[in-house]
Amino acid sequence: MTDTETDTSLQPKKKGLTRRRKRALSRGAQYAVFVAAVIAFAVSADWGRLKNQFAQADIAQQMFPDVITLALKNTVLYTLSGFVVGLVLGMVIALMRLSSVGPYRWLAGVYIEIFRGLPALLIFIFVGVAVPLAFPGTEIPGGTYGKVAIALGLVSAAYMAETIRAGIQAVPKGQLEAARSLGFSPARAMVSIIVPQAFRIILPPLTNELVLLFKDSSLVLFLGVTLEERELSKFGRDLASTTANSTPILVAGLCYLLVTVPLSFVVRRMESKAQEAIR
Amino acid sequence: MSRPEIEVRALHKSFGDNEVLRGIDLEIGRGEVVCVIGPSGSGKSTLLRCVNLLEEPSKGQVFVGGTEVTDPDVDIDAVRRRIGMVFQQFNLFPHLSVTENLTLPQRRVLGRDKAEAARVAAENLARVGLSEKADAYPASLSGGQQQRVAIARALAMGPRVMLFDEPTSALDPELVGDVLAVMRGLAEDGMTMMVVTHEMTFAREVADRVVFMDGGVIVEDGSPGQVIGSPRHERTRHFLSRLLDPAMAEVEEGTSGQGGGETP
Repeated sequence: MTDTETDTSLQPKKKGLTRRRKRALSRGAQYAVFVAAVIAFAVSADWGRLKNQFAQADIAQQMFPDVITLALKNTVLYTLSGFVVGLVLGMVIALMRLSSVGPYRWLAGVYIEIFRGLPALLIFIFVGVAVPLAFPGTEIPGGTYGKVAIALGLVSAAYMAETIRAGIQAVPKGQLEAARSLGFSPARAMVSIIVPQAFRIILPPLTNELVLLFKDSSLVLFLGVTLEERELSKFGRDLASTTANSTPILVAGLCYLLVTVPLSFVVRRMESKAQEAIR
Repeated sequence: MSRPEIEVRALHKSFGDNEVLRGIDLEIGRGEVVCVIGPSGSGKSTLLRCVNLLEEPSKGQVFVGGTEVTDPDVDIDAVRRRIGMVFQQFNLFPHLSVTENLTLPQRRVLGRDKAEAARVAAENLARVGLSEKADAYPASLSGGQQQRVAIARALAMGPRVMLFDEPTSALDPELVGDVLAVMRGLAEDGMTMMVVTHEMTFAREVADRVVFMDGGVIVEDGSPGQVIGSPRHERTRHFLSRLLDPAMAEVEEGTSGQGGGETP
């Protein structure tokens, strides 16, 4: 190879499409597909029937205020109680997973694999049916609410344990060293210094878990609920079958979004605030 | 003379097959300021971290204030309360304000009440000249300010000795002076200090003794004038000439970065 010759392989090609032209064409094609899809949907859908089936104002009206004061309230209650149980249990399992005692690590690993691998539905049936069968005479406190808290808690603890463990391990090693060199015991350092920072890191994935739980709370219907214990999905379905119209489903769906959308907004705010505080 | 404040006897430390410290003997008397210098990978940071047991020595003994730190039954948390440590990367707690960085350890570890902890915190912030940053968060401070807060945090625990692990190495050059001034003040107040550093001016002017390490052993130990001014060993001369005039150094084979594990 001689150094004096100029390398021509990087120069713009004279023949065919230039890179710039290719990019513009590709982008144009993507817009075209999008517009075509929207038009196809608008033309092929039967708007009259859709409106009739999903947007009956009078049916929607008769859902209020119960859809909020009863159904949404129950959904929120189920979700929060499950989240609290899952958070506490997940914290314990995460710490077990990081423990220096082998059997604890092993046990936590088994728990996580089992409860992450099973459908939430099976857990609900297990809590609703198997537990009363296996331990006759025992009653889960709180009735349906207690059962939901435990079922949702068992499921979410597995996910949250892994999230919390990752968060703890993401805190720089120097933080533990600084705490230990100030005289903190390992447990004190964990509680006062490491865990608070870990929670800042895992706030977004934890909120994701909250949103997932919010939706999974609909599984409560497999436990069999009274009228007063219905949550959004069950409430919407029941009303849809009595009115032979799907409007209640749509309204119930909007109620879910009413909570989840602001929730993600709040989290984004918190995230950027935490970002400001940490470096 | 009374017992030395820090006493290291026949200290060895290995990371796997890599022997970083190969028999260190060192004594630091009360109120003495000792600077430890040497090329990267010489084991000087590891030696410092063995003094408060952030690294577990493989062999040998370490005493601080007469207590054997390396005793397996020692209450290491109690021993560490008396040993202040300042890190290269500051390691302030980012989720706490400057004042909280100082008060939380006092309250959780020493069990001081809120008012007492706040008083001690304010005192020590004033000592490092950062009273006006009491309510700021570490992220909003410059590196030099963060390091001074880290020094104040260690001082608030009332330590008998202070360990400094390259306290100015992560700082922009123009911020080094403030940190060194605080350390100089500490030395003048009679604090026992062990300082791993590359700041030769500081070593020359503030240290009572300078220790040169290379390859896991102490090569030279004496007054600053002797070790820096007229080194007796070729290795010391070589190191100093490279440090004081880096532009004149020649490329060498396989000398830099040996051992490693010194900076995170």
